[in-house]
Amino acid sequence: MVQLVISGNYAQSYAAKLARVQVVAAYPITPQTQIVEKIAEFVASGELPAQYIEVESEHSALQACISAAALGARTYTATSSQGLLLMHELLHWASGARAPIVMGNVNRAIAPPWSIWADHGDSMAQRDTGWIQIYAESNQEVLDTTLMAFRLSEDPEVLLPAMVTEDAFFLSHTVEPVDIPSQEQVDGFLPRRRASEGIRPGTPGRLGSFTGPELYAEMRYKVGQAMGRAADVLLEVEDDYRRVTGRDHGGPLPTYRAEDADAVLITMGTASTTARSVVDDMRERGGKVGLAKLRVFRPFPVRAIRELGARVDRIGVLDRSYTFGPMGAAYTEVAGALYAGRSRPLLRNFIAGLGGRDITPTTVEAMYAALLTGDGAEVDWIDLKRKREVGANG
Amino acid sequence: MMSYETVEDLPEAPLATRPSDRITTASWRTFRPVIRLEACTKCYVCWKFCPDVAIGIDKAGWPVVLLDYCKGCGICAEECKPRAIDMVKEG
Repeated sequence: MVQLVISGNYAQSYAAKLARVQVVAAYPITPQTQIVEKIAEFVASGELPAQYIEVESEHSALQACISAAALGARTYTATSSQGLLLMHELLHWASGARAPIVMGNVNRAIAPPWSIWADHGDSMAQRDTGWIQIYAESNQEVLDTTLMAFRLSEDPEVLLPAMVTEDAFFLSHTVEPVDIPSQEQVDGFLPRRRASEGIRPGTPGRLGSFTGPELYAEMRYKVGQAMGRAADVLLEVEDDYRRVTGRDHGGPLPTYRAEDADAVLITMGTASTTARSVVDDMRERGGKVGLAKLRVFRPFPVRAIRELGARVDRIGVLDRSYTFGPMGAAYTEVAGALYAGRSRPLLRNFIAGLGGRDITPTTVEAMYAALLTGDGAEVDWIDLKRKREVGANG
Repeated sequence: MMSYETVEDLPEAPLATRPSDRITTASWRTFRPVIRLEACTKCYVCWKFCPDVAIGIDKAGWPVVLLDYCKGCGICAEECKPRAIDMVKEG
């Protein structure tokens, strides 16, 4: 094992190389471009014997990946923001065709107005496309999760595409020391993919097929079942990864000092690091607060959320995106999971950090304060800039 | 042809192993194109426009409607310059 000081983007590239991907098709977009640039270098130098397919758009990139993955190739692509939106139609095709593609998505805000900075709106808008979604907090987690995503996605019990996301610039362009497992370790953890049972080169066949009202619901149900199985397979894969590398990232909803907490904040991605440090600061001052990191958004960890709800009376959900609904997307899912559970904690939704705005310790502390008092609106745009209210004395 | 009844019968992925030319669509048709060869000029506009590749050309060069696949859309009749194609209601 070696340690390299690399960006989140290069963590994706190294993971794809270690996974011995066979087909890569991608289209450049800031802040993702370096991922596929680096992979193109690996292919050009002969270090990675893969087909690198140059395409004219993200839509075509994903189509190429779907065909390759459906035939049994280990397949990777990467994108961000508008590029992910352009893939929208084919995201459904990938999951429906049960094509186990692994995608790196750099979470970037959606225009207009143009913004290239961190925001989960791009992938949250794709939450209903049948893709596994895992949100990384560090560059190490990007690399480890991408390797795990291949195993999970290609598992015969799953066969669903998987998206590993990283926050724009906070991870994509920030370098950290990353432990790189050896090729032998990765080969042991992630054997070569077997060829497709369904379509083989030389045998006529078609992707997609057609069905009438008699069996469409049944095909959809099968995707749902596979997503349900992915929740269990994910835990097995992470166990295996820990055996090989000594590292894991705590399953779908790792918690921090949440056992005896009066209030727990649920975060995704890099905001978790800031929130963890706020938890420590507040604990030192006697505040009983904790953190739960929503690492896996699909399959959504309903059971883990209900277990958390059974232990904690106040839960806040930080959404680093606004998806135009009455509440944030992560909040809606958490509230939905808890409603039919045994207990219903007080819930607050914090919408913050949009378009790359820093989620500072002060902002996070304000979230815990709102949770502990129970004051404020259910949905709170807590870092919104407003005109200050003018008091009676001017 | 394999037939599926329940969710348990179905394969995981909707991959079709029968080529699409083995799936006939004649039953979709309400009107059938009938080509009057005496008016046909062999311009092949019908062949060019058919969205289902359901117009063939016979050995003598005449256009032929491939009735296993024709869905009766009527585009050939609409586009035919010498108006040599009639759409006849299926019985």
